[in-house]
Formats: sequence, C-alpha cells, structure tokens
Amino acid sequence: MSADDSVILETRELTKAFGGLVAVNTVSVTVRKGEPHAIIGPNGAGKSTFVNLLTGHLPPSSGRVLFRGRDITGLPAHRISRLGIGRSYQKTNIFPTFSVFENCRLAAQSRLSTSMRFFRPAVTLAEVNRQAEQAMEQAGLATRRDRTAGTMSYGEQRQLEIAMVLATRPELLVLDEPLAGMGKEESERMVALLKGLAAQYSLVLVEHDMDAVFSLAATLTVMVNGTLLESGPVEQIRASQAVQDAYLGDGAEAY
Amino acid sequence: MTRLPRPAAIVLLALLALLAAYPLYGSLLFPEKHAFLLQKVTGIMILAIMAMSLDLLVGIAGMVSLGHAAFFGLGGYMLAILSPQYEAADIWVALPLALATVAAVSAVIGALSIRTNGISFIMITLAFGQMGYFFFNDSRLAGGSDGAFIYVMPTVEIAGVSLLNLESKLTFYYVVLGAFVGAYLLLRMVLASPFGRVVQAIGVNENRVRGLGFDPDRYKLVAFVIGATIAGLAGFLGAAQYGFVNPAMLSWHQSGQALVMVILGGTGTLFGPALGAFVLELARMGFESVTEHWLLPMGLFVIAVVVLLPKGVAGLLLQLERKPPPEAEDGA
Repeated sequence: MSADDSVILETRELTKAFGGLVAVNTVSVTVRKGEPHAIIGPNGAGKSTFVNLLTGHLPPSSGRVLFRGRDITGLPAHRISRLGIGRSYQKTNIFPTFSVFENCRLAAQSRLSTSMRFFRPAVTLAEVNRQAEQAMEQAGLATRRDRTAGTMSYGEQRQLEIAMVLATRPELLVLDEPLAGMGKEESERMVALLKGLAAQYSLVLVEHDMDAVFSLAATLTVMVNGTLLESGPVEQIRASQAVQDAYLGDGAEAY
Repeated sequence: MTRLPRPAAIVLLALLALLAAYPLYGSLLFPEKHAFLLQKVTGIMILAIMAMSLDLLVGIAGMVSLGHAAFFGLGGYMLAILSPQYEAADIWVALPLALATVAAVSAVIGALSIRTNGISFIMITLAFGQMGYFFFNDSRLAGGSDGAFIYVMPTVEIAGVSLLNLESKLTFYYVVLGAFVGAYLLLRMVLASPFGRVVQAIGVNENRVRGLGFDPDRYKLVAFVIGATIAGLAGFLGAAQYGFVNPAMLSWHQSGQALVMVILGGTGTLFGPALGAFVLELARMGFESVTEHWLLPMGLFVIAVVVLLPKGVAGLLLQLERKPPPEAEDGA
C-alpha cells in the first residue's frame, strides 16, 4: 500500500478516546500529493482532534499515521514538524510580542540541525533570514516586516500564521480552519493565498466555509460524530446522499 | 528583546560609570562609612548577578523558580569546601569546580522540574531549594547549621605570580564589578543567539515553539543550567566576600528576595532585575537607618513600586523612548 508514491499521508483506523468520549473513531484517510484534501464536518465532528493526531499534538489511542510511508504514530509534535508536516492553528497561535519578521525567522530557524548555538547572533544567519523573507513574501506580509505581530489586524495575523508554517519548509501543509473568524474581504484574500499554496504543496485543509472548500479541494473527507462518513473526489461527495442527509443537507446544519 | 533603546542605554551606561567610579568619590561623600559602603555596594552587585540569572528563568523563559538560592548557596559552599582551612584556595581550581558542580546539580534538578509549568514548577523548585537548605543544615559537611568560615581569600596566580590580591577590598570591588558586567554581557549574547531566541519564544508561547519543531524541554533545561551556574558564580563571590557561608544562603527567603528584585526591576529585561537589586537594597538601607521597624515601610515601598510601576524600574527607563512615530500608514 505504502509503495504507492503518490500517497503522502495516510491514517489507518486512527482513534482517539477521551475517557468514554470517542472523539475520533477508526478513521482511515489517504492524502495524495497534489490533491488538496479538505476535511469537513459539523462542529464536534472530531476534525480538530484529527488534526492534532496527525501533527503529534495528541497521541492517538489506537491506529496508525503514515507520512510518506513512514510510521509517525505517537511521535511528538516537534519531531513531526521536522519531518515536513507544517501545521497552522484554528486559533491564532503566533508570538504576539515579536515582530512579523522574528516570528518567521524563528520558524525558519527551526530547520537548523540544532539551535543549541550560543554565540553568534541569530539575525546573522543569512540562509534563515532568506527563508523568513521568502515566507513573508509568499504570505503577502512583506510590507509588514517590522510590525509587532500582535498589533496587526486579525486577518494579517492569520496570514502570519501561514507564513510561519511556510518558513519551516514543509512538504505537507495541515491548515486548521485558516478562514475562521474572517470577514468577507479577508477571506477572499486568504482563499487566493491558499490557492497559490495548493499548487505548490500537498495540502490538508479543515474548513467550515463550503465555498472555499469547493474552490480549493480536490478530495473531500466528511466526518460526523468522530467517524468518517465518506471520503472521495469532490464531485462524488457532493452527489452522495448520505452526506447530503448528514451534513450538506438542507442548510439546517448541525452547527 | 533586541537592542536597547538609546535613552535607556545612555542612562544605564551613566549608572555604570557611577558604579565604576564609586571607590573614588565614595570616600569623599561618606568618609567615615566608606569601608562599610564599599562592602555594601560589592554585596549588592553580587545580588544583582543573581537577580539577572533568575531573570533568564523567570522573565525570559517563563519559569518562575522559588529555589534559585539553592544554586547561589551551593556556589558559596563549594568555595568553603574547596578552601583548605586557614589557607587560600586556588581560584583556577576552586571556581571551575564550583561552577561545574552547580551546573551538574542544576542539570539533575532541572531535568526533574522543567516538565512542569506554573504553580507546579514553583512548588517543585521550592522543594528542591529546601532540600538543599536542609542538606547543608543537617549534614556535617561544612559546619551544619552553624555554617563555615573561609579564612583566606582565594589566590589569583599564574605560575606563582599573584595577579590580583582579593584581600584588598578595592580589588575585590572591581573583580565583582567585572563579574557583574560580564554576566550581563554574557546573558545578552546568549539571548541574541539562536538558542536565546528559542528560549524567549518559549516564554511567550511554548506550545507554538513545539509546533515549529523545537523540543522546548531541552532548551528550558539548558537555560535552567545557565541561570543556575551564574547564580552559583554570585554565591561563590558572596562567600568569598563575607568569608562565611551558612545554610540561609540556600533558603527560600533568599530565593524570594531575588524574585522580588526581578519583579521590582522589570521581568525579562536583564538590566531591570539588576536595578531591582540596587533599589531594594538601597531602600532597605534607607529604612534601616531611620527605624528599627524597617520591614513595615519596606513592605509598603515594595507594594508602591509594584502598583505604580507594573513593568518595574526597567519599564520606566524603556518609556523614555515610547514616543513612536505615528504608525506609518500601510502600503506606503
């Protein structure tokens, strides 16, 4: 199975239980290179827990996670990040007192073989600086370089969230609700940014905004109550009666 | 923390110049108390070194420790233990050995403590600190609860030639001043390094640091050891100065006092806690000279500073520059 080179990420019967509550229940998903993969589902479907399992922020109760055919189940978050999975957070998770550049610079610095270096000033690491500048450029933040991150608009902070992930040079992006809480204009800007990223990176996207999902994703996975309802190409999911009933439904969703 | 703003840097350099020249004008200002005051200022600089080292943990890495005095005391005790009775220790042996011991002990304590956060970390470090206190209090290693004397200052020699005579109060003053400035510059260098940037980021948002691919525990542990070792240096100098060590050096009072200096001075700024040491000790001297019930006004003073200067003395200095040009309008 993992001989298939097009598969970048795969979960096998991934399960997470919190006491009696099974938040993610035997979910098996395959993510392929170049096929942006969106995970949708009502609130409480277990999407965020699923992302936390993929990126090592939570250890699974059972099941496996394979990244490029390698078993990464149970590895801590920092190891998984170093293997090439870059993750953004649903709630803005930046260093608000640092400048935009320093946020990105630190992210880029994480790719050094070690940061146990005590003597040379960090800002003199030319390659790290270059990666940080490039990430700011990609995320449309080049003009905000020296702003204190916490003083920017919400939308810009979300862009920074993405820029920090890019600065870690990931192979696979796992974006947890990048549009959460954004106004219309900000959303449009972010969707344009994400479209650009989808062309360059493998992408797993958790999102509520259906317009965005349909314009970005090639593959959809629908989760309901911790279980996988259906997974497949966008058109197939759109046509699925089960999905219609459970989620896309008649607009009266289980939000 | 990047470069210091200009006005703050100027004020600090001026204060440093005052400190460096103190032995010159101190004898003119306070002729009859000069010897006492020279000792006192030396002692304050030693406490300032300890406060800065604690700031690395508390203000920068976000690890509030109530056991920092254990390393201060251990540094002092190592000098007492390594000094032959009635003879001088060789500083080239005693100092590295003392610091290495503090580093090793702090690595063990740190490894057991840093996995906890917040209140748990405070309690664990407090517990380790008190263990250190009772270790020296109850053992016969160095005089038990009576403490131990260091009769002779360590020698500083190269090939039998004495470089410095630490018995001279004036020489010792400048040695401590050098250690104080050196510790500050060392910490500044470390903070600017890739390591230091990670540690600062941990203080702001540890979880995000992990998400970026750093293992925060490793960086916290190394920061803990660096802070402890510098505190050990302060303790070594303190023991040399007073020629005496006792278990109180390791007590939680001592840790708490250092924490007050850090908070009073302004956490996370390094120079703030150093200023905090001076402010607290000079205030204590002032109140002591007026009334024997000095603890009451002292307490009120600390409360007043904390209420009036939420960012400490350092906040006051940094404000000197807080007139940023109106935010350059975007897209310009």
